[in-house]
Amino acid sequence: MSPKASLSIAIAGSGGAGALTVGNLILEAASAAGWQGLLTRTVGPQIRGGEAAALIRLAAGPVECMPDQFDLLVGIDWLNAHRFGSEIPLGPDSLVIGDPRGGDRPDNFAQSGARIVDIPMKEMAKAIPDGRPNMIALGIAGQLIGIGEEALDRLIEKQLAGKGQLAIDSSRAALKAGYAAAAGLELGHRLPPPAARSARRWLASGNETTALGAIRGGIRFAAAYPITPATEILEWLAPALPKVGGSLLQAEDELAAINMIIGASFGGTPALTATSGPGLSLMIEALGLATAAEIPIVVIDVMRGGPSTGIPTKSEQADLNIAIYGLHGDAPHLVLAPQSVADCLFTAQWATYLAETLQAPAIVLSDQFVGQARAAIDRPADVAFIGQRARQTEFGETYKRYALAANGVSPMALPGARGGQYTADGLTHTEQGTPTSSAVDHQSQLDKRRDKLDRFAYGVHWATIEGDGDIAVITWGSLTGAAREAIDRAAHDGVNATLIAPRLLSPVQPDQFAAALKGKSRILVVEQTHGGQFHRYLRAHYELPGEVRVLNRPGPLPIKPGEIHAALTKWRT
Amino acid sequence: MSVVDLQRTCKPADYKSAVKPIWCPGCGDYHVLMSFTRAFAQLGLPPEQIAVISGIGCSSRIPAYTNCYGFHGVHGRSLAVAAGLKVTRPDLTVVVASGDGDGYSIGGNHFLHACRRNIDMTYVVMDNRVYGMTKGQPSPTTEPDFDTALSPGGTGLSPFHPLVIALASGANFIARCFSGEPNETADILVEAIRHPGFSFVEILSPCVTFRPDEKEWKSLVHPAPVATTNDPARAARRIMTDDGFNIGILYRGERRPYGPEFGAQAADLAELECEFEQ
Amino acid sequence: MKKSDPRIDTLADLLAAAYRIEADAVARYEMLAEQMETHNNPELVKVFRNLARAEGLHAEEIRRQAGGIDVVAHAERIGGWRRGESPEEADLSAAHYMMTPWHALQMALAGEKRALAFFEEVVKTTKDNKIKTMAAEFVEEEAEHVNLVHRLLRNYPAPASSWARDNDPPASQ
Repeated sequence: MSPKASLSIAIAGSGGAGALTVGNLILEAASAAGWQGLLTRTVGPQIRGGEAAALIRLAAGPVECMPDQFDLLVGIDWLNAHRFGSEIPLGPDSLVIGDPRGGDRPDNFAQSGARIVDIPMKEMAKAIPDGRPNMIALGIAGQLIGIGEEALDRLIEKQLAGKGQLAIDSSRAALKAGYAAAAGLELGHRLPPPAARSARRWLASGNETTALGAIRGGIRFAAAYPITPATEILEWLAPALPKVGGSLLQAEDELAAINMIIGASFGGTPALTATSGPGLSLMIEALGLATAAEIPIVVIDVMRGGPSTGIPTKSEQADLNIAIYGLHGDAPHLVLAPQSVADCLFTAQWATYLAETLQAPAIVLSDQFVGQARAAIDRPADVAFIGQRARQTEFGETYKRYALAANGVSPMALPGARGGQYTADGLTHTEQGTPTSSAVDHQSQLDKRRDKLDRFAYGVHWATIEGDGDIAVITWGSLTGAAREAIDRAAHDGVNATLIAPRLLSPVQPDQFAAALKGKSRILVVEQTHGGQFHRYLRAHYELPGEVRVLNRPGPLPIKPGEIHAALTKWRT
Repeated sequence: MSVVDLQRTCKPADYKSAVKPIWCPGCGDYHVLMSFTRAFAQLGLPPEQIAVISGIGCSSRIPAYTNCYGFHGVHGRSLAVAAGLKVTRPDLTVVVASGDGDGYSIGGNHFLHACRRNIDMTYVVMDNRVYGMTKGQPSPTTEPDFDTALSPGGTGLSPFHPLVIALASGANFIARCFSGEPNETADILVEAIRHPGFSFVEILSPCVTFRPDEKEWKSLVHPAPVATTNDPARAARRIMTDDGFNIGILYRGERRPYGPEFGAQAADLAELECEFEQ
Repeated sequence: MKKSDPRIDTLADLLAAAYRIEADAVARYEMLAEQMETHNNPELVKVFRNLARAEGLHAEEIRRQAGGIDVVAHAERIGGWRRGESPEEADLSAAHYMMTPWHALQMALAGEKRALAFFEEVVKTTKDNKIKTMAAEFVEEEAEHVNLVHRLLRNYPAPASSWARDNDPPASQ
């Protein structure tokens, strides 16, 4: 996607100014008009009244990352706006609209060379009974994006239906005033018209699509301990699970949450919990138990800045190491990562399917960016992955829960099945499940658990592989969209690159990876970590041919498509 | 055990597995195992309908010694495993086995919340006031002057009072047993399992290896001199003032057990995505 | 909670109780033999197995003596014992991994004495002459068992006070 194929808007404001509400309304109205889009938010540390900005990017086709530059910034006010100044990059083509009485505009906005326009939103709102400046801002943005005023008008009526006629009337009046105030203004370029709709339109966050994907994959129980930025998954599941015969239990801590889902799954109910880095750290011991006792579970880790409490509200990819290597002992398990809001649906569903099929824990590494981003997308196609656990219901003299099956997957007895009684155990056990410290049993059970993951045919979904060039851009997770956009732009500059983004991070797929890298002479690794965890992971498990460069940076600033594009085009052979 | 043998199971032996315990001879936990199998037989429950869940420690070895479905998890988390199981499988009888280290120290937080949550299950803690598996360190119920390698001269700390904490946290049934009285213990376990909600049974179970002094418990225990109460205030006064060797059912509450409201399975998965549709 | 021993109202009750005493003893000795097996005390495995066999013979004798009465089934129905264990069930808490035959025989002796006391109590309290007569026979038998254990004990004197000394420390798990 070229920079002019999309339009990006930032709405900033503090102390309940309603910037985030404006962002949501813009995305929804644009989506109704046929555009696709992505909305992220950046907020201060306050629970209420903090400074906030809504960042929206719209285009005719799918939008999976934020732009290099914003085309429009509307500041309802500038209080503490410097805190996220670096998250709203501007350029000479950008337009900044602010209220002259909205406080000191951060210097970097003007230093970018952007055009500055004052509109007294506060004053205009005062002229309207119960008028709100954010609705003026909405009108300004609507006018400049090219969203029909009627569309936003209808949306306001729908959204404020419960708040009384005065609220509706005043908001409409403010909206109108905003449209009028921006009438003479133009942005650097116009948003290309939306494509004809080919699918039903969804508005959802990655956390929400993750939750739905998990249910589609078969999840019927969730244990919940709130943590930013994963809580929305649990809150979405709380009312949804009972509708499909499931349930959610709030745990006293993450240690309980993971053990609760292990208990539920032991009883035969596919189960999930969602957390972020600090919670995942607490869950590691029990993930080892689920590995050893061969109990399928799904843990969604919505990554945030780390280590320790880190930055709860901002994204990073630095839980890769703990997810893959954090368990003590040799503990093969599944690690997957979704690549977009739409892909959260698929990956969560596939992870559930794989966990159930392989009787192993699956960690899904989502992140704050994709989890909390709201996207206007085409409804993703349905897939057939529904967890089907191998079960045994008829038993002879001795049931071997951990029998050394050829494919490593031994059918499971569920409590209630007569004759199948066994004790699931985290201690090294025999095929029957009896604790043992024998070297032979230890080795054979370790082999079994490794082989069942290694011998499974994961099919094409293990990675996104696109394009054909002698440079490979290898990335993962939510950076896939930025890499794809960069490769697309580089192609216009005559630089051909291949995108390789593994969705399945563990177990590793050496043969498929080698095939994908065949003929590549240069490798660009792109990741959002400080320590280059993904690069080290690739080095540990795969042969990387030719010259290898790494573009890595910790959170919270996302790696922009332009940075990847620059790395590609500046790389002279 | 063959399927045929299980057709009519009402004998304690039917609830015992072929796995041989590794407990020290003389350990109170042998008696507790006996009480388990006797209680299950009295209840006439099919063994496959019972799940025995545990954590880590000598006492937590008990699931594999029963012929029930068992779960031997990580240290201190048995109550959480049991909660997940019982909420999703209300048809099962869930019995959780723990010890004073597993249940009161590393698992202490779960104990509070399991009492508070009041899910229908029975929590049995075999209290020997010492860590046996790791060779004799003080546990939360160990006396302050108990001299060990880890706490030379004793911890100097007041012991944790499990029954008081259970009551204050909302347990719906509270009893104290002595392992050396397996029939009485079995009878109390039967009552505990039958009682709706979270039942807490503390069983004084001597450790002959690291606490040979606990052999004295046999002469110290005595039946609770008063009848069971459903009044938490009265139960609190009794539990806080008794000598710690009062055996019997000390509290039987009437709180409604926790249970999720299951929706009709009928709902179409497609309904769930409605809120995404524009 | 059980406040009393099983009620003996009929001859069947008495035979069932007698049978149960022996059958419980067998199960208990078997259990102790298993414990000793696990804890590598083969001498005691043999002693407990022998005790189990002896009690098994007694149980079989009683079953024969009962003739048409199904004591096995009836034994399931009679109540439990006051102290939770039937008289000849060896005290589990007295077991020790380094125990000697002398200790096992002390356990057995205590059991036989408890059984003796149980039947003596029946003789003393029953109003039924037939029960009294049969209970007296059991008293005689148990007294003989007590003597037998005493005789066996002559071959196994009390061990030195160092019997429980272990040259190895306990193993942590």
